[in-house]
Amino acid sequence: MTLHPMIAALRRHKAGVVLIALQIALTLAIVCNAVFIIGQRIERVHRPTGLDENNLFLVSQQWVGAPSGDDPGSVEKLDSMQQADLAALRGLPDVASVAPINSLPLLNSSWNGAVDLKPGDKGQGSFRGTRTTYYFSDEQALSTLGLRLVAGRNFTAADVGHQGFRDQGEPTQVILTKALGDKLFPKGDALGKVIFLNGATTPTTIIGLVERMQVPGTGSWTNAFVWNATLAPTRLDANFARYAIRAKPGRLDAAMRAVTPALYATNPLRVLDDDSVKSFADIRAEAYRADVGMAILMGVVCLILLAVTAAGIVGLTSFWVGQRHRQIGVRRALGARKIDILHYFQIENLVIASVGAVIGLMLAVGLNLLLMKSFEMDRLPAAYVLIGIVVVLALGQGAVFVPARRASNVPPVVATRAA
Amino acid sequence: MFAYYLDLALHSLARNKALTALMVLAIALGIGASMTTLTVLHVLSGDPLPGKSAQLYYPQIDPQDIKGMMPSKEPPEQVTLIDGLNLLHAARADRQALMSGGSAPLDPEKANVDPFYVETRYTTTDFFPMFDAPFLFGHAWTAADDEAKAREVVIARALNDKLFGGANSVGRTLRMAGVDWRVVGVLDKWQPNPHFYDLNTGSYAYGEQVFLPLQTMLELGLDRNGSTDCWGNGGGGVGSILPSDTCVWLQFWAQLDSPAKAAAYKEFLVHYSQDQKALGRFQRAPNVRLRNVMQWLDYQMVVPDDVRLQNGLAFGFLLVCLVNTVGLMLAKFMRRAGELGVRRALGASRRALFTQLLIESGVIGLVGGIGGLLLALFGLWLVRQRPSAYAALAHLDLSMLFITFVLALCATVLAGLLPAWRACQIAPALQLKSN
Repeated sequence: MTLHPMIAALRRHKAGVVLIALQIALTLAIVCNAVFIIGQRIERVHRPTGLDENNLFLVSQQWVGAPSGDDPGSVEKLDSMQQADLAALRGLPDVASVAPINSLPLLNSSWNGAVDLKPGDKGQGSFRGTRTTYYFSDEQALSTLGLRLVAGRNFTAADVGHQGFRDQGEPTQVILTKALGDKLFPKGDALGKVIFLNGATTPTTIIGLVERMQVPGTGSWTNAFVWNATLAPTRLDANFARYAIRAKPGRLDAAMRAVTPALYATNPLRVLDDDSVKSFADIRAEAYRADVGMAILMGVVCLILLAVTAAGIVGLTSFWVGQRHRQIGVRRALGARKIDILHYFQIENLVIASVGAVIGLMLAVGLNLLLMKSFEMDRLPAAYVLIGIVVVLALGQGAVFVPARRASNVPPVVATRAA
Repeated sequence: MFAYYLDLALHSLARNKALTALMVLAIALGIGASMTTLTVLHVLSGDPLPGKSAQLYYPQIDPQDIKGMMPSKEPPEQVTLIDGLNLLHAARADRQALMSGGSAPLDPEKANVDPFYVETRYTTTDFFPMFDAPFLFGHAWTAADDEAKAREVVIARALNDKLFGGANSVGRTLRMAGVDWRVVGVLDKWQPNPHFYDLNTGSYAYGEQVFLPLQTMLELGLDRNGSTDCWGNGGGGVGSILPSDTCVWLQFWAQLDSPAKAAAYKEFLVHYSQDQKALGRFQRAPNVRLRNVMQWLDYQMVVPDDVRLQNGLAFGFLLVCLVNTVGLMLAKFMRRAGELGVRRALGASRRALFTQLLIESGVIGLVGGIGGLLLALFGLWLVRQRPSAYAALAHLDLSMLFITFVLALCATVLAGLLPAWRACQIAPALQLKSN
């Protein structure tokens, strides 16, 4: 079958052809970009934090009427309050280990700075070096969070110091994530090396490397340093404290219930509410709620969009079949088989859809460029567009099938009747 | 004539129910989706103080040291304490207020209520009249109270309900942060959205429970939160420690009732910067900005990216739905070429046919618009179930209701234009002959 008569026929339906092609093009452009966004969100949501997230939960609490922490005496007082809490929590039957910590991955509350290979001069204002996020904790951090040490050693109880929340001293020993270690020392020999934190003049030694640990922030501003974490063996003393707690396997609920009474028994002058005790699963769900919502919304819109486009093709082709009823009869009477008529409409749709897909390809890339400009989007990979083209072509074929079959069932005798 | 065309339209629509349903559904989906996202966008980018926001200005000056200076770089987004107090005491604007946010533990004297933290705003007396904050009971503290570091508070209605059972609590005492405070005023429900005067605390659905004089807060060293930016050897200061004079951490707002006053105020800011530079405090050349509320919100890009993205997606969706409807309508009208030919032959003018067909598409638009409205209400209900801070704000207001219908009608009539025009080009004789 040659395309020539078909294209000649399409010329008589310019408006309809243009509209279907345009609709397919727009659908392709929107669906490609939407699916790409969905893919990116899903990828974000599923990236592992580096923590063993099961049986892990976090307690955030504030003391009422606590000392200010402005002078050494009150820092000591705050530290002893924190130590008392830690002892009480570690004594609970369902708790495996506890670590005081200023934040956790996905918690969106972070302490960020920079590490450099050269000593700085403190107070320069802007930090040089590689951006990192700090986790201040103690020797139980690795076991509590389930971080995997890939080189060096863990902190010991003797390494752990404490300081007021506002004190500017930097730790002398740190554990880095492997990503940060490799960034600073590309040869992979970060262990035992000396670095300088936040433009400090005093050196800090890298005593260990953990496989992976995400920063607390989940916004796009953290994209540049999302795996660059630094663990410091320091308890921070302030009028509030956070404790990461690992429950014994299967005892998460029991441990979470036991925490509030235990802390109140240690010291009743504190604020602990429903939000204070949170499982890591909840922290994760909260951090990514917007992403999941957006992915679902985009998915639903894509499906409806494809359905509307398919319905449009069915409607318009049905109309054409009705309009060409007599011509179909003539072709049948002149010897065309049913399958020829079916193929005619299928190929016609394929031609229109292909034109739409080519325009859609350009629109998709254009839309992507627009999104990149205004929404920090990445470049659309070619695979998405190619798969999108296959999908719209298949959609067109699926939609055209029913009206095309109806056309193929037009009996040849129609040719002899008046229209 | 209109009634007759309407009758014809309804007949024609009823004849082809599936096609009509498809068109109505496509319009309804498109309108529903776009109105849902447009309403959210409208709410989020709305004017927090309609009628007043154009007179409220957020002055920015640049007190940073010379390091890292780049021409055309924006000055800091807040002011230092010393500059804030200087601008406040200069009193060059019609009204002005200096402020920062924080939180403080509140100790209710009732035995059955545990201590809890309240969000606080530390500010100066003009805050209330400047931002049109409505008083339920009492009034704001005075400028003299500001200077006297009075231990007086204005509380929000919700807190008044919680602590005093909604009674007039003016003159009563509140124990907060270990200090006794006298209640001088109770605000009626008031929550500007976005929380334009301090975006560091979250842009939406945020409201303070206790307002107290900034000078008192400085004296007592109450906890504050929000953003602090320092340079040089500046210490940030956390909690109750005040940041040094090389840190910006306060917001300063000025009310300027006319554009001329705003221009004069900007001049004043330049002069102020020059004076400070002459004194050796400032090192940079005057670098000032004076934005009003809407310009400030725009500059701060408060509307979340995802909301704008959803809105774009929804309008793309509407466009596809409209193209779809144009195609279907074209098919439908062309199919009735015979009928239209007869009407032309019987003397109906092209114009009359055109009107008739446009009314038919208008009917589809109206029905689609109603469907779209229902879908938008459902969509907004879904948005309200979401946990975002702004979710609770997503309600359809009258103007959006009106826009929904105008959009639906315009869109479908526009979609009907091409098919109707094409259908009217039919030569009546040709149609009659072929029949």
